[in-house]
Amino acid sequence: MSRSLLLKGFGLLIVAGLIFIPLTLNRYGIYIMSLWAIMTIAAMGLNLTLGYAGQVSLAQGAFVGLGAYTVAIMMSAGFGFWLPLVLAIAITFVVGWLLGYPALRVQHHYLAFVTLAFSTLVFLVFRNEEWLTKGIYGIMGFKRPTAFGVSFQKPIEFYYFTLAALALASAFVAWLVRSPWGRAFLALRENPIRALSLGVDTRRYTLMAFAIGSAMGGFAGALYAPLVEFVDPTPFTLALSLNLLMMVIVGGSGFFFGPFLGAAIGVLLPEWLRFAHGWYLIIYALFVMILLIKTPTGILGIIENMIAARKTRAASAARAAASATLDKA
Amino acid sequence: MMNFTNLLLAGLATGAIYALVAIGFTLLWQTSQTINFAQGEFVMVPAFFALAALNVGMPLPLALLVGLGLSMLVLGVLFKRLLVDPMLRHGVLPLAICTMALSIFLKETVKEVYSAEASRFPSFLPGGNLSIFGTTISIQSLSIFVFALCVVVALQMFLMRTSTGRQMQATAQNPYVAKLLGVPVERMILYTFLINAALVAIASFLISPVYLAKFSAGETLGLAAFIAAIVGGFNQIRGAIVGGLLLGVVDNLAAAYVSTQYRGAVPLFLLIAVILFRPQGLMGRAEERTV
Repeated sequence: MSRSLLLKGFGLLIVAGLIFIPLTLNRYGIYIMSLWAIMTIAAMGLNLTLGYAGQVSLAQGAFVGLGAYTVAIMMSAGFGFWLPLVLAIAITFVVGWLLGYPALRVQHHYLAFVTLAFSTLVFLVFRNEEWLTKGIYGIMGFKRPTAFGVSFQKPIEFYYFTLAALALASAFVAWLVRSPWGRAFLALRENPIRALSLGVDTRRYTLMAFAIGSAMGGFAGALYAPLVEFVDPTPFTLALSLNLLMMVIVGGSGFFFGPFLGAAIGVLLPEWLRFAHGWYLIIYALFVMILLIKTPTGILGIIENMIAARKTRAASAARAAASATLDKA
Repeated sequence: MMNFTNLLLAGLATGAIYALVAIGFTLLWQTSQTINFAQGEFVMVPAFFALAALNVGMPLPLALLVGLGLSMLVLGVLFKRLLVDPMLRHGVLPLAICTMALSIFLKETVKEVYSAEASRFPSFLPGGNLSIFGTTISIQSLSIFVFALCVVVALQMFLMRTSTGRQMQATAQNPYVAKLLGVPVERMILYTFLINAALVAIASFLISPVYLAKFSAGETLGLAAFIAAIVGGFNQIRGAIVGGLLLGVVDNLAAAYVSTQYRGAVPLFLLIAVILFRPQGLMGRAEERTV
C-alpha cells in the first residue's frame, strides 16, 4: 500500500519536473527536452513492435523520417499542421503494415536485415528524389503549428506541445498493452505457434504490431519536423534506427517505461557528456556496452529482477518459518 | 567492351574483398551466434593499426604484420573475451546491440585518436595497367582479386583438410556433439574469432589503398558484408564467397549502367528479394526455423 503511494508520489514528482524544469532551461536545453519527448514516442512505437510483439525492426528511424518529410512537404505547400499530421500517421501506418509482410515469412536476424535494407532504401529516396524532398538541401520555411487559437511558436510552447503529444501517446500505449491486443502481442512474442493454436490471428497481429509501431514513429517524425523547422536526409540514416533500437534495449524492452528511460540515456546522456568534446560518443558507447554486459535485459529488467529476487527471498523466508512451525507441531 | 571488362574486373576485386569480410561474418554467426554489426568497423581499424606502425617508421611489410597481429589481439581475442563471452548467454539481440555500440566506439575512437581525414594507404600489391589484346586491364584490380582468392582457397584448405579445421567445422555444426567427441569447443571458437580478425585485417589492407583509410569507411563495408553473407547463404562459407563476388559485380555494374544515385539501392533490392524468396540464400541449406 505504502509502496504504491510512494510510486505515485515519485511519478508525480517526475511529471512536475517535466513541466517545470524546462522553464529554467535555455533555448538549447528546451530543444533537447523536446527531442527527448519525440524520441520517446518513436521508441515507444518500436517497443510495441519489438518488446511486446517480438518482431525485430531496424527501420524505425525511416518511419520517423517518413513522418517528418510528409509534414514538411505538406506544410510548405500550405496545408497547416493537422492534416499533414494525420496523413503522416496514416502513411507510416500503411507502409509499416506492408513492411510487416516479410515478417510473416522470415524471423529474427533475417527480419532485421530486411528492415535494415528498407531503412537504407528510404534514406536513398530522401536524398535522391529532389523534386519532392529537395535532396541534400532539405526543406525549410514552414512554421510550427497553432491549436485552438494557441500558437506554439516559441521553444517552450512547442516543448509543452510535444509533452502533450507524449502524454497522448503514453495513454494510447498504456491502453493498448492492457487491451486484448496487447495480450495478443505478448502471445506472439512468447510462443507464436501456441498463440495460433489458441485462435489468435497471428498473421493479423504481426502486421498490426508493425503498423502501429511504425505509425508512432511517423507521429514522432511529424513532431520532429516543426521542432527543428528544417528537414534534410542526414538525421534519418540507419544510425537513427540503430539508436532507437539501442534506446529500447537499454531502457528495457517490453517494459512500459523502458523507452522513457532509454530515450533519456540516448538523448540526454550524450549532451551531458559534451564537456568531453569529441570523446562524448566514445564514452557513450562504452557506457552502453558496460550497461548491457551488466544488465542485458535493460535497466528496468534489472530492477524487475531485484524485486523478483526480494519476493523470492520473502517467500522462502515465509516458507522456512511455516515449515519451522510445522516441525514443532 | 573494354569498359565492361574493367568494370567486371573491378567488381570482382571489390567482390572478393566483400567475400573475405562476409566469410568472417558467417564464421562468427555459425560458431557463436554473434551478429557482428561492427564488422565494417573491423575492416576499417586494421588499416589504422598499420598506419600507426608506418608512422613510427616501420617498413611496409613489418607494419602490415603488426597491423595483422594487433587486429587479431584486439578484434579477435579482446572482442571475444570482453564483449561476446559475457553477453552470449543473454541471447542474440542484446549481443547484436552491443556490437552496434562497439561500432560507434571504434569509429569515434579512430576519429579522435588518429584523424577525421581520409589517409592514403600504401598498397603492397603491384599497380599500373596491362594491355592484353588491345584491352587495358588494371593490374591493381587483378592482383587484389587473385590475392583475395588465394586467401579464400587457403582458408578452405585449412577448414577441409586439417584436423583443426575439421574440428572447427564440427563446432560450428553442432557444439554439443563436437564436445562429446572430444573437440575443445572453446578453443575452436577462439580460433574462429582469430580467423575473422585476420580476414578483416587482410580485407582492410586490400581495400584501403583503393578507397583510402577513413574512420567512416566501415559503414558501407559492413552493409556490403551483411548483404553478401545473406544473399549467398548465412550458414555457408561457399555462400559468402558467391554472395561477395555477385555483390561486387552487381554494385559496380549498377553504378555504371543504372544510376550513380541509386547504385546503393540495387544490392538492397537483391537482398530483399533473396530474403523473401530464398531465405536460406543462393547457396545455403534451409535453416530450421526457430519457433
